[in-house]
Parts: sequence; C-alpha cells; structure tokens
Amino acid sequence: MAQKKGGKSAASDDPEELARTPLQAVLLADTFNLKFRPITLERPKVLLPLVNTPMIDYTLAWLESVGVEEVFLFCCAHAEQVKEYIGNSHWGQSHAGFSITTIESNFSMSAGDALRFIEGKNVIRGDFILITGDTISNMSLTEALQAHKDRRKKDPDTVMTMFVKRSKPMPLTHQTRLGNDEIMMAIDPETKQLLYYEDRFDCSKRAVTLDKSLLADNASLYLRTDLEDCCIDICSPEVLTIFLDNFDYQHLRRHFVKGLLHDDIMGKKIYTHEIDSSYTARVDNYRSYDTISKDIIQRWSFPLVPDVLYAGNRAQMRLQREGIYKAPDVTLSPSVRIGAFTAIGSGTIIGENSSVSNSVIGELCTIGRNVSIDGCYIWDSVTIEDGCRLSHSIVCDGVHLHTGATLEPGVILSFKVEVGQNITVPAYSKVSLLPQPSKQDSDEELEYADTNSGIIDSPSIASISPANIEHDHVSSFDTEQSVLLEGGLSGVGYIWTSCETGNEEEWRYSVAPIPVEKLKEFYAKMFDEDESSSDGEQTGITHSGELISESKSTDFDDSDGEYKGDVSKFEKEVEETFERALGGVAEENVQLEINSLRMSFNVTHAECAGAVFQSVIKSAIIASNSSKSNLLKATIDAIERSKGLLSYFITNVDEEIEVILKFEEMCMEITREFAPIFSSVLHQLYDKEVITEDAILKWESEKADADESDKVFVKQSEAFLKVFSHLNFSTGVSVLQRLYGAMTSLKLL
Amino acid sequence: MDPPMDFQVVVLAGGTSDKLSPLVSKELPKALLPVANKPLLSYPLELLEASNLKNIIVVVEGDEAATQVESWLSVAYMDRLNVEVVKTPGDVGTVGAIRAVAPFLISTDILIVSGDLVSDTSPGAIAATHRRHGAAVTALFCPAPVSGGADSSTSGGKDKAKKPSRCNIVGLDPTRQFLLHVVSGAKVEKDIHIQKRIVRAVGQMEIRSDFMDAHVYAFKRTVLLDVLEKENLYSIKQDVLPYLVRTQLRSEISAKKENSADESSNGATKELPSEDININSAVPSNQNLRWLSQHREIAPSSYQEIHISDCDMNKSRPAKKTHKCCIYLSGKTQYCARLNSVQAFGDINRDMLGEASRITGYTFSAQNNVVHPTVVQGAKTTAGGQCIIAEGTILGDKCSVKRSVIGRHCRIGSNVKIVNSIVMNHITIEDNCTIQGSVISSNVQIQERASLKDCQVGAGYVITAGSEYKSEPLTKK
Repeated sequence: MAQKKGGKSAASDDPEELARTPLQAVLLADTFNLKFRPITLERPKVLLPLVNTPMIDYTLAWLESVGVEEVFLFCCAHAEQVKEYIGNSHWGQSHAGFSITTIESNFSMSAGDALRFIEGKNVIRGDFILITGDTISNMSLTEALQAHKDRRKKDPDTVMTMFVKRSKPMPLTHQTRLGNDEIMMAIDPETKQLLYYEDRFDCSKRAVTLDKSLLADNASLYLRTDLEDCCIDICSPEVLTIFLDNFDYQHLRRHFVKGLLHDDIMGKKIYTHEIDSSYTARVDNYRSYDTISKDIIQRWSFPLVPDVLYAGNRAQMRLQREGIYKAPDVTLSPSVRIGAFTAIGSGTIIGENSSVSNSVIGELCTIGRNVSIDGCYIWDSVTIEDGCRLSHSIVCDGVHLHTGATLEPGVILSFKVEVGQNITVPAYSKVSLLPQPSKQDSDEELEYADTNSGIIDSPSIASISPANIEHDHVSSFDTEQSVLLEGGLSGVGYIWTSCETGNEEEWRYSVAPIPVEKLKEFYAKMFDEDESSSDGEQTGITHSGELISESKSTDFDDSDGEYKGDVSKFEKEVEETFERALGGVAEENVQLEINSLRMSFNVTHAECAGAVFQSVIKSAIIASNSSKSNLLKATIDAIERSKGLLSYFITNVDEEIEVILKFEEMCMEITREFAPIFSSVLHQLYDKEVITEDAILKWESEKADADESDKVFVKQSEAFLKVFSHLNFSTGVSVLQRLYGAMTSLKLL
Repeated sequence: MDPPMDFQVVVLAGGTSDKLSPLVSKELPKALLPVANKPLLSYPLELLEASNLKNIIVVVEGDEAATQVESWLSVAYMDRLNVEVVKTPGDVGTVGAIRAVAPFLISTDILIVSGDLVSDTSPGAIAATHRRHGAAVTALFCPAPVSGGADSSTSGGKDKAKKPSRCNIVGLDPTRQFLLHVVSGAKVEKDIHIQKRIVRAVGQMEIRSDFMDAHVYAFKRTVLLDVLEKENLYSIKQDVLPYLVRTQLRSEISAKKENSADESSNGATKELPSEDININSAVPSNQNLRWLSQHREIAPSSYQEIHISDCDMNKSRPAKKTHKCCIYLSGKTQYCARLNSVQAFGDINRDMLGEASRITGYTFSAQNNVVHPTVVQGAKTTAGGQCIIAEGTILGDKCSVKRSVIGRHCRIGSNVKIVNSIVMNHITIEDNCTIQGSVISSNVQIQERASLKDCQVGAGYVITAGSEYKSEPLTKK
C-alpha cells in the first residue's frame, strides 16, 4: 500500500505523470440490496434487461464514451453469470475501448467490503470513477474530472466529487418518478463543497439541524432538496484507504459520505458537480426501472438508446414513428394494435387482435390472440396465451401465461413461472419458482445493518442453480409457507409474501403507477406531519420563539431530575470521604475532596454543609456503638474532632440553618437515637461555635408556624432557646442580636 | 410614487440607551446624537421623506427624551412631515413600543423603522416590494459590515467588526425574495434548526450568516396587530420576525387580509381602531378559510407550487393558510448601518466623512471638507480632508483638524490637534491639546496640554490640564 501511495503522490505532483495515468473505473456489479428480489435470486441485477439490453451494457458504454481505459468489474452475487456475460460480449474482446478486469469476491456484502477488497488488490493507481452497474448516464466527464484534479492539486484532502442532478424538490416527485427518497444536501455555493448530506429524508423529524461550525466556516451555504444523487463519483485513491481504515463503513453514502462530513475524518472534503442537461439515473427499484425504461425509449439517454446500443446477436430494433421500436423480424398479425412508446424485440410473434402499449417486449416471445398488454416489461422467450390481460407488470424470461390469465398492476413474475388458466395474479404479487427465504431482513436495512444474514444470503443465492429447483417444483408445491397459484391446474411458482415493509408499502417501489388514493394518502400524510409538527412546535414556542427552546427546556428538566437523585448520592460520597478522613487523611485534603465532589454533583453550599454534618453525626454513632460510651459524649467528641472541617463548610447562617434542619431530619428518620439529646447536641454546636444563635433563632422562627409534630425539637430546645430570647427584647432581629452575630463571626474569623 | 402610499411609518427612536453611554444623557437622547452634526433621527426621517412616506409616528422611550425629541421635531420637520411623538416607558422592547402606538395604526401596511438607521436604501422600495408580494412582513437586510463594507470601517473598527458580523442567520429562496428562515440574537451561536417543510417548498434554500438585519420592517397591519396580541414577545427582530417566518406555511394569523381593503376605505373616517380589530376577529374564520382556498394567489415563484398543488389535490381539505415573509436586500453599493454602540457611533461618523458622505447632504469643498463660513480659523490652522466644522466654531493658531467632525460654537485654542474624532457642540479645548480617535460630548472643557486617545467623554466633563487618557470612557460623576 505504501508503494502504491508513493506512486500516486508522484503522479499527482507531476502533470505529465498524471496524464499518463490511465483513467480507471470501479464498476460494482452488485448493488448489495434485495430490492429486485425475487428476480435477483436467479440473475444478477446488472444483467437484467433494460429495454432488451442488460443494464451493465449501458454502464459500460458510458464508461467507454467518457474515455475510461481500465475497468475493474467487481462481482459478488452470481459472479459466474457476470463473468460469463462479459466474456461472451464484445466488452471482453480486445477491440473494446478499455480493458476490463473482473474482481470476484464471494464474501463482500456491501460496497464498503467491495472497496476494501479492491484496495487489497492494489490495482488503483490514481483517481477513479466509482459507479454501480445499474446506472444509466450520458453525461460528459471532462469538466468534472478536470475540476476534481484541479481541486486535488490545490487541496490534497479532496477525496471525492459527487455528481448531482437537479430535480423537483417535491417528495411527491421523487416518489412518483424514481421511487426514491428525498436527499437534503448543504453545498457551499462558491466551492461546491458538500457540507451536509442526509438521505432517507426523514419526515418525522421536522427540522434539519446544521452544526454551528458549518456556518462559522462558511458565510453562506445552499440547503437543497432539489438534487438527485447520481451515484457516480470521482474518487481519489484515498477513498479506498479510508474504507480500509474505517472497516465499519458499508454504505457509500450513509457511512462514507456521512462519516466524512459529520465525523470530520481527517478533514477530508467531498465536492459536488451539478449536471444540468445530461441524463443520469440509477435503477434502484422497480419504479425506477419503469421510469428509466420509459426515459430510454423516449431517448433522454441518447446515445444509449435501443437502436444504437445493442450488443445481442439477434436483429436490432429500429425506431419507428410514435416512439415504437421494432426489430425487423417481428411477426405481427395485421390486427395487432401497437401503442406509442413500445419496444418489441426480435423474433417475437403477436397474435390477432392483441394490443400492446407503453411496454417493452423482449425477444422470441409468443403472444397469442386478444391479449392486452399495457405498461409491461416482458423479457425474452415468454409465452402468453390467448386472452391474457397484463398491466404494469414485469414478466421474466421463460414465463408461461396460460389462456385467460390476468396480471394486475405491480406483479412481478420471476423466471419460468407459469400462471394457470384464467387465474388472476393479485396486484403487487411477486411470484418465483424459488421459495422465499424464510429469514428476511428488511431489504433496505440489509446493506448496512449489522446483521450478518446478508453474508449468508448472497453466496447462497449464487450457489442455488435455478435448474435444480425447477424440476422439483413443476408439479408439487409446498403450500405451507408459500401459496400455490389458485386453480392449481398448471400454475408453477411461489407467491412471495411481501418481504419488507408489508403490502401497504408495495406501491412505493412497484412498477405500477401509484394509485390516486395512495397519492392522496401520501399527500395527506405530509399534511398530517405538518399538522402534528405544528402542534408540537406550538408547545415549544417560548418568549424567544425558537424551536430550540423546546429541547432546552427538556434538557433542563433532565438535569433537574438528575440533580435530585444526586443529592443522596452526594451525601453518600461525602460520608465515605469523611470516613477516610477519620482514618487520618489531612484535613485540607478532605476539604479539597469534598469541594470537588460538591462541584461535580453540582449541589449547593448549604446541601454540602448538611452532608458534612450528617457524616459527622454518623461517625459519632459508629464511635458510640463501638466503644459503648455515651452517645452524647461520642457526639461531642466527633464534633470537636471535626470542628475545623465543619467550620470550613458551614460559613453562613443559611448553611447553619441547613445543618440544624438536617439534624432534625436525621433525628426523626435515620438516627432516632439522637432524638432525646437533640437540644444538648444543639447546645454543643453552639458552644463549639459551629452554629450561631442567629441561625438557631431563625430556625425557631421558621418552625413557628409548622405542624405540632414538627415542633418536637423546638420544644425540646425551649430552655436553650430562652437564653437567646433573653438577649432579644422582642421578636425578630434586634440590634443586639446583630451585634452578637457580628461578634461571633469575628470570633470565628 | 406620487400619490402617497398608504403606509404609516413607525420610527422607533429609543431613549437613552445604555449601550451608548457616556454619549447619551437625559439632555441628549439617542435620537438627537449628532452624526455629522445632524441629529441621528434626521437620517431616517429624511430618507422617509425622500420616499414620500410622510405619516410618521416617532416612539421615544422616557418622558424627558420624548420632550426633547418633540421640541426638536417641531422646529425641524413640522412643516414637512406629519410627525407625531408617542412616548413609552423604558425597557418595553420594540414590541412594547409598537403596542403603545397600536391604537394609532390605521393604514393597510405599517413600516417600522429603527430610529438609529443611517442608510440610503429607499424605504419606498421596501414598501413597494412588500406591496408587490402582498407579504405579511418584509424585512430589510443588508450585507454585514465585515464583508460588504469592509472598506467603510476604519482600521480600528475592522477588528471589532469581525466579531458581531454573525448577527443573523437568514435563509432565502433562490430568487432572494422570500425570507425562509431567520435566527438572531444569542441563538446565532447555536446549531441551527431548519424546518424541512420550508426547504422542501423551495427546493433550495440559501443560508447566509453575513447579512445584517437593518431593522426596517413592513408589516401588514392586521398581521402586526395579530402578533401583538400574543404574549411573551419582546423584540420584533428576535421574536416577531422569527415567529412569522417560522409559521409562514401554516399561518396562525387570522386571515383578515382580504377584509382590510374594504375596511380601510370604510374606516377612512377614522373610526376607533380598537373596534376595527373586534370586527375583524368576529368574522368567522371558516368563511375566511374558504375565501382563501378559492382565491389563492398564484405567484410566479416555485415556492408557491406546493400550495397550489395541494389545493388541487385536496379540494375537500381546508387549504393550509400561509403568509409570505419577504426580504429586501440592500445593494452592495448602498450604505446601511445602525448606530447602536459607541463603536458604531464613531464608525458611522467617519463613514459620513468618507464613503457615505452623500447621505449627509453636505457639499464637500475642493479640500473634501465642509467648513461653515462662520468658522474662524487662526493663523496656520489647517482643516484637512474629510472634516466637518459647524458654524460659530473658533479655532486658534496652528491647529490641525483631520478626519473629524466639530460641532457648533466650539472654542479651540492654539496648537490643537484633532484627528479622527467627533467633537460635539459648545466645547472648549485649550491650547496644546491632542485629541485622537475620541468622542467629545457637548459642553466638555478640555484644559491645556491634555491628551486624549480613543476616549469617550460624557457631557459637561472637565479634563484637567496636562492629563492624559487612553481608551477610557470619561463621565461626570
């Protein structure tokens, strides 16, 4: 690694050297998520056809177009299939625009693992492009690449340039278009540095919190929700090192980007590059599959369109009027109605009176009579018998729909599934020949959750050969956990129960358009959130009128609660300290220790005085118990012994009163044995100048209007108190008393 | 702007602010502090007059200050402006001041201007912006001194200006017309919380910490009165504005906007405004709601889209009430400063001599100074560039005055150097004194050979002969 680093720094220092570094790209041919299950159980996502061309072809074609010279193709699940495909395609041939190297790892379960694995291979020598195999783009890289290199020259801490694309800021748009969540980013308007990144835009949190340091460093920033993450990055080789150093980073965005921004790792910086006119999108779920397919058909992704990009070995589709793509050898009966924006692959036969609209039909399909297909993605070698109705579904290779079958919107039929006669597959069902893995994790969580089920999953997918299973299940079904298609005549396949969020959430990511009610609901939800948040906020409005005040007040409450519990804890600590003091620790040290305790527990001086006094009294009890001597005498001894300490902590009248009250409380609760000698001890305290008569009088007057039960000790001390009353001519604080107080305090000094 | 706009202006002239001690006193309230030999309050008033905003209420804290201001106004402006002075007790905050004048507010929109604003940003433009957007509130922000007018502050001011530059955090929409977020006061130093809903409504929010709240607000009267009913508000800047901005997408302001137009025509005969309010709140809010949802205005900004679309989507649901909070940003070339500290007093005075001299209305001579014809200058006395010397002042021999303001009827002895200072009226400076970077209040006597550097001298103080002071506030005990 050190060697590699050296090579790199030399490369970036010398422009000529830099020029000689071939542009490299890391293409992750695994997306490490389960959104395309059950299809991805049998075929890797990157090989799924998008308008009759595997997704990876789009990605590779783009990489070729932007001048990438070396591609490292990282495969994990179904690595064999990917390798085989690349081997057979023209990409693997020498005449391709770049050299392609496959890196295979069966143990990676996240993008982070993949990058760590690649780092271990020591193949990356300079800046590289990081892309997943399901990304469709036609943008130009030159400008961004140059900008990235310039930034790197200026600031070696630049590690990444993220491509972002402008979109509408509405969550509704995100939802309806690509089915992904909103992203909030904070970007420096000048440098385009990314300052904040939040995906899975959480509606429940109604405010986004920006660290104050962000604004301290930047006079201005843009907070944007109108950007889409293109999932294409220009990375410096450090990215790999960072992944290696932070072995818990799994997800590129959630861990890597956030980690760099929020934890501020080593001051590394990420920049953004906003593309405006070119097309970039990532097939993240079924909904984006649908959207992107339509975009391709409508040629937004030009030149990556069906009539240009085709690597198969059959006749290529040609564009006709109304956005209809048709291979020359398609057999259509004259009565077939083909609607706009439809692609029909080579060798497909469509029978009489059938209608196809807004759909993509693959190669070598046989479609019977009176079939209606709307908004469907029908892959290769599919047989659809007469009278079937399909709407907004994905039908994989080799599926057989028997006469009169109906697919409701959102249905996914995985490879070689058969649907029996006149059977209606309910909306959003996913049917596969493979049984649903019993242990299902939340699909979205998987890629970065700490569960290791993903590890188990991925290789197992790879190891299951579809061929084996197919025969096992042709006629007999295990109906316990999976449901056999009704009618049972000729149906083959398991209906998967909705794996992650339950059926209610299916509409979000389905190929089917979002039903109007759902849209309304979605909208209403946004509203309700607003509503509820406004209520919540209402309570939070204070005089200063800010959101923060709410949290402030709770903070305060917390500390309050803590504080109450702490007093008793504090007392215990003081007691322990005091016991140690009896063991011969110097008095100053004890003072210091108790003082620091007082500060750390944040208790008042008075409470501290009370706690010290309590410890003294308790030590007296221990002393009297062990020596069997008179309790009063032990107490006097104890007070005498700790006089210095007591006078240190008991410095004013308030603290003195606290001490008396504490003593009273003790006599009533914990140390009842003191009750009879209360007044004597009080007298002693007075004699020893621990407590002034000022405090005693105040204590008395405080108690004047207390309950009778509370006055027990006052009464007991009556005789003692009379002494002071003699000094006072009347009630209240007399001049004399003050004089006396001054004298005593002088004495104390 | 010929027919006078239906705007009432409230000028918050303050009283005798502690922040300006020792410069202000009971005899000299903040509003009458001389800036380039003109009372501070004359700057906002003339600015308003220039925009033809002539219905002005001046709110002054404290009885004596009010009397002072009133008597000055009656001399200076009575024939030009329709000014009324209202006094409030001290320490009621800006909201308290507005509450005090609430019964006098009758026009559709109210412009609130801080009395310590020295600027050439047209309040008329702010008012027009406010009207154009039909905003609930429009606030004027200007680039904070550190970035915008770095050249304005002198070397001494610069280091200090660094600190308070983060006085506000504002969030703007991409067109910089709407105010989406505002934080001011002590909370600026904390992490900022931004409502996602508002960001989502615009898609792109620009957050800046280098704008300063110039304390000029245009309010819809109904909104203002509504807000005033709420408790726990003290400052317009720190409480009212953030509150309105925060609630703009779910307004709690009762929708009276529409009625107010008819009302003001009805109420032209000046019916009691308090009654007026009652009528308003008596209108069942349900009706207002329906009215709003049917006549939702369609603004060109994408910002409004969310509301339009939710109208379409949820016809059954009562539409959400919103109000607009707008911002008017003053241009980079425009001068905008608030005199709210001793530091600012010095800076603004110096700016009046330099880059912002156009605001003063004086004509500078070829030597780039303004010396009143009645000024008597002794032999070899020079008044350098960027100086203002007012009438009746007598300077002795060999004096030198640079970058300073000298008030009326001062007597200055021989060989006195005055650099970078503000000398108010009726001051006696004896021979051989040196005064640098200082502010000398009225009626101060400076005896010979005294030397002052970066001092603020309170009114009537006597500086003994030969004494030296540096960076000190000096006041009469």
